[in-house]
Amino acid sequence: MTTTRTSQDATATTVPAGRPRRPRRRREPKEDYRVNWRLTGLLAAASLAVLLPMYFTITMALKTSQQAASGTGFSLPWPVNLGNFTEAWRLTNFGRAFAISVFISVVAVSGVILLASAAAFAISQNWDRKLFRYSYYYLLGAMFIPFPVIALPQIKFMSIAGLSNPAGVAILHILFQMSFNILLYSAFLRSIPGELIESAHIDGATTAQTFRRLILPLLAPMNATVGIFVFLFSWNDFMMPSLIVANPALQTIPVVQSLFQSQFSANYNIAFASYLMAMAPTVVAYVFAQRWVMSGVTRGAIKG
Amino acid sequence: MTATSEAATTSRVAAPSADQGRRKVDPTYLVMLLPPVVLFTIFITLPGIVGMFYSITDYAGYGDWKFIGLTNYQAIFSDPRILGAYTFTIGFSFVTVILVNAVALALAIGLNAKIKFKKGLRGTFVLPMVISGIVIAYVFNYLFSTSLPTIAAALGIDALAGSILANPSLAWIGVVIVTAWQAVPGAMIIYLAGLLAIPTDVYEAADVDGASSWRKFTAITLPLMVGYVVINTILGFKNFLNAYDIIVGLTNGGPGTSTFSIAMTIFTGFTSGDYAYQMANAVLFFIVTIAISLFQLELIRRRGVSL
Repeated sequence: MTTTRTSQDATATTVPAGRPRRPRRRREPKEDYRVNWRLTGLLAAASLAVLLPMYFTITMALKTSQQAASGTGFSLPWPVNLGNFTEAWRLTNFGRAFAISVFISVVAVSGVILLASAAAFAISQNWDRKLFRYSYYYLLGAMFIPFPVIALPQIKFMSIAGLSNPAGVAILHILFQMSFNILLYSAFLRSIPGELIESAHIDGATTAQTFRRLILPLLAPMNATVGIFVFLFSWNDFMMPSLIVANPALQTIPVVQSLFQSQFSANYNIAFASYLMAMAPTVVAYVFAQRWVMSGVTRGAIKG
Repeated sequence: MTATSEAATTSRVAAPSADQGRRKVDPTYLVMLLPPVVLFTIFITLPGIVGMFYSITDYAGYGDWKFIGLTNYQAIFSDPRILGAYTFTIGFSFVTVILVNAVALALAIGLNAKIKFKKGLRGTFVLPMVISGIVIAYVFNYLFSTSLPTIAAALGIDALAGSILANPSLAWIGVVIVTAWQAVPGAMIIYLAGLLAIPTDVYEAADVDGASSWRKFTAITLPLMVGYVVINTILGFKNFLNAYDIIVGLTNGGPGTSTFSIAMTIFTGFTSGDYAYQMANAVLFFIVTIAISLFQLELIRRRGVSL
């Protein structure tokens, strides 16, 4: 009884209390930092759940067909067979699929960043006008429409409009990613003081100039996270390109993996070389952009 | 077109002064606003309306059609294939949401503790998030259908000697595992952010009072994490109800139709000549999605969680 009371008192006095911000505690804990080795070991063991499938993919990709056909697939490949990659590259026409994937993601990323940030800026500056406010709610509505719900008429429409191609996929990627990002940008733009924009106007800047010279630079960190997530979504998407792009020769990397399942059939080593090449771009990008991936998910969660 | 200043009273933005409402809107703002609205209307709203319209016809995807009222909707409720898809998809989403949240929260707490190699471990656990679902599914397809049975046979475990993906009553477990494998990182990062927001003093106070780790978890961590659990649950359902990529790569709906998802049944409308029927299915799916979202939002409101 008494213990709970003290605990509550302690929490009450130390936590909110509105004290002046004190220096962050124990950022660099020199003493009193006892590494929990048991937990470290436990987590390291758990990380095998991620690492083993990765290891497995790599070893399979380096085996000869005979090695790949026997055993569990976890044994080390010897001799290492790098020929799988050239074979997979040639078979799936990886270069072309890569170019198409790059095209779709680049259009999707730049499209979302431009359209969503401009729309969010216009909305946040004109929140007192019905047109802008209702447009905002209208655009947010898309977050509740899953692609399968409108897939049938939409894909029919895309083919009528002559967009059964990578350009059509890019447009749909932009539209399905836009709502959430308009929400993100709006939340951020609301925190920019109105005086800042007003003073730019007083200095004679047009709205377009204000947006380009003042708002876009302010949005830079935001653009980085938005860009990474649109890129990941667009690059990895299988559903939309597989349904929309009519010509198999114009398919993206994920779809190509499924198109070549029958050709891969018995040659698992070549299939896995192809999977590994399909994984590589995002994994490499992740290694370099890890920090933004982390902060991006957090930002999305808190604001969304 | 231009709104009156009455709207300014409800304004949530800091900037606009009262007279701004009466001034004419700067055309640049319209240029910024209209492209998304127009694109959105052409590519999403109009197809959506057209699709809903066809759901009360007998349109096959080509040729003539006539109105048949709600016949399509009635037929859905006696179609074992579609009902099976709903049962599977909702059940699978439910199990996966629970699994993902449990694993992600456990990992986040572990990664937030006093451990060594924090950065490396965190980086490793996030990795699955960046890989294409269908590629992951193909890798696991081999693991489940070849590696696991070989290992099980060598160890003499008869129960696992066959591929779980070939067993109609076990295949869904494979789908859950692979989906969770990919979905855990996103949820884990959100939990990590939540844990960082808890002041350390609270735990210190609990330490002083001699609280056990379990007590600290149930009395401090969990209550403070409820909001994040809600976010992860909503995001999870939103993704898992649309399950497609991973299932295509793993089981392609099989064996039989045991892992056929709602999205997969809708897409059969392209080829099977029952466009209108699957469109009714899509409308129903939309209603189910909205109902589940509203139900979750209601839960949020009741718990008084602010997002």
